[in-house]
Amino acid sequence: MRNISSLLFSGGLAFLLLVLATQLPFGHTSMLLGNDILQAAPDEVGTGNIVAAVLLAYRGIDTLGELAILFTAAASVGLILGQRSNHSAKRDKTITESHFITSRASDLMMPLLIIVGFYIIFYGHLTPGGGFQGGVILAIAFFLPVLTRPGTTIDHGMITIIEGLAGAGFIMIGLWAMLYGKPFLQPFFDTFLGNGIFGSLWSAGTLPLLYLAVGLKVGAELAGLLVTISEAPAAEVERT
Amino acid sequence: MTMPGIEVVFYTGAIGLIVIGMAGVLMVKNVFRMLLALVLLEAGASLLLILSGFRETGVAPILLSGHAAGQLMNDPVPQALVLTAIVIGVGIQALALALILRIKHRYHSLDMGEIREQMEHDIAVNSGVVSPASAQSPEPGGHHHG
Repeated sequence: MRNISSLLFSGGLAFLLLVLATQLPFGHTSMLLGNDILQAAPDEVGTGNIVAAVLLAYRGIDTLGELAILFTAAASVGLILGQRSNHSAKRDKTITESHFITSRASDLMMPLLIIVGFYIIFYGHLTPGGGFQGGVILAIAFFLPVLTRPGTTIDHGMITIIEGLAGAGFIMIGLWAMLYGKPFLQPFFDTFLGNGIFGSLWSAGTLPLLYLAVGLKVGAELAGLLVTISEAPAAEVERT
Repeated sequence: MTMPGIEVVFYTGAIGLIVIGMAGVLMVKNVFRMLLALVLLEAGASLLLILSGFRETGVAPILLSGHAAGQLMNDPVPQALVLTAIVIGVGIQALALALILRIKHRYHSLDMGEIREQMEHDIAVNSGVVSPASAQSPEPGGHHHG
C-alpha cells in the first residue's frame, strides 16, 4: 500500500515537472538579472569569471551564510561522532600496514594535489574554479595519508585554527570594505591594492583574498569532516 | 517524424533523476540507500536549475581573450546558486551520514522498520510508559509496515 502511494506520488511529480518543462521556452532564459550582471560585472568587479563575481560580489552575504551552514554541519558531525579518544587505541591493533604502491603513490600525489588546489583557488576569478572547488581538492590532499595509512590522524587542533582564521579573515575583509565606505563584503579596488590589469592574476581587488579565505575554510572543514567520519567507531559493525 | 531536440534529453534526464530520487526516498527501507536517493534528488534539482539559465548558442560565463565581444553567455546566476546548493548538499550528506553511523552503532540495524520499533520502545521505556523488564522483546510489528 505504501509502495503504491509512493509510486503514485512520484508519477504525479514527474507529470507535473514535465508539464512545467514543456511550458518553458528552452534556450531563451526569461530572467533579466543575468544579462545585467553579464554587462556590468567586468567593469564593476573586474573578474573574468562572472560566476565568481555573482558568488562573492553580488551575493557575498549569501556566501557568508553558506560558510556558516558548512561550519554548523561540521560542528554537528563532530558533536554526533565525538569521543574518539578511547577507540583509537583499539583500532591500532587490527589495522594492517597498507601496500607499498598505495602509500608511495599517496606521498607522490599529495604535493601535486596541494599545488592544483591552490592554483584553482588563486585563479578562481579568471578561470572556472574558485575557493569551493580548490578547497575540496586541498581537503582530499590532506585526507589521502589518512586513507592509505589507516593508523595516522590529522591534528584536529590545527584544522580548527586554520578554519577559524579563514572565517575571521573573510569577515575582516568584509569589514575592511566598510572602512572605505563600501557595503559589507563588497570586493573593492582603487586602494593600495591597485586596479590591476583585467585578466591578470593581480586584479579584481580583494576578491581573490576573499576566495582564498573561502578555499582555506572549505578545505579545513571538509578535511575535518572526512577525518571525523573515518575515525568513527566501526568495530560495532562486524557484530551484527 | 522529426528527431526530438536536445532539450528533451536534458529535461528527461533532470526530471528522471528527481523522480528516481523521490521514489527512492519514499520506498527504500535501508536508511543509507535513502541518503543515496537524496543525493540523486539533489543532483536532479541542480540540473533543472542549471537548465533554466541555458542559452542555445551561449558559452560559459567566463571572459577570455579569445572571445568575440558580443558573444552570448549563459546566465551566471543559476550557476552560482547551484554552486551554493552543492556545497550545502555536501554538508547535509555528511551530517546525515554521521547520524546513520550513530544509528548503526546504537541499534545494529539500518532497516527503517526495525529502527523505528526499537526507537519507540526506547522512548516508551524512558518516559515510563512501559517497564523495561516487561517489554524486553519488541512487539510483533506488522502494522508498522502498512
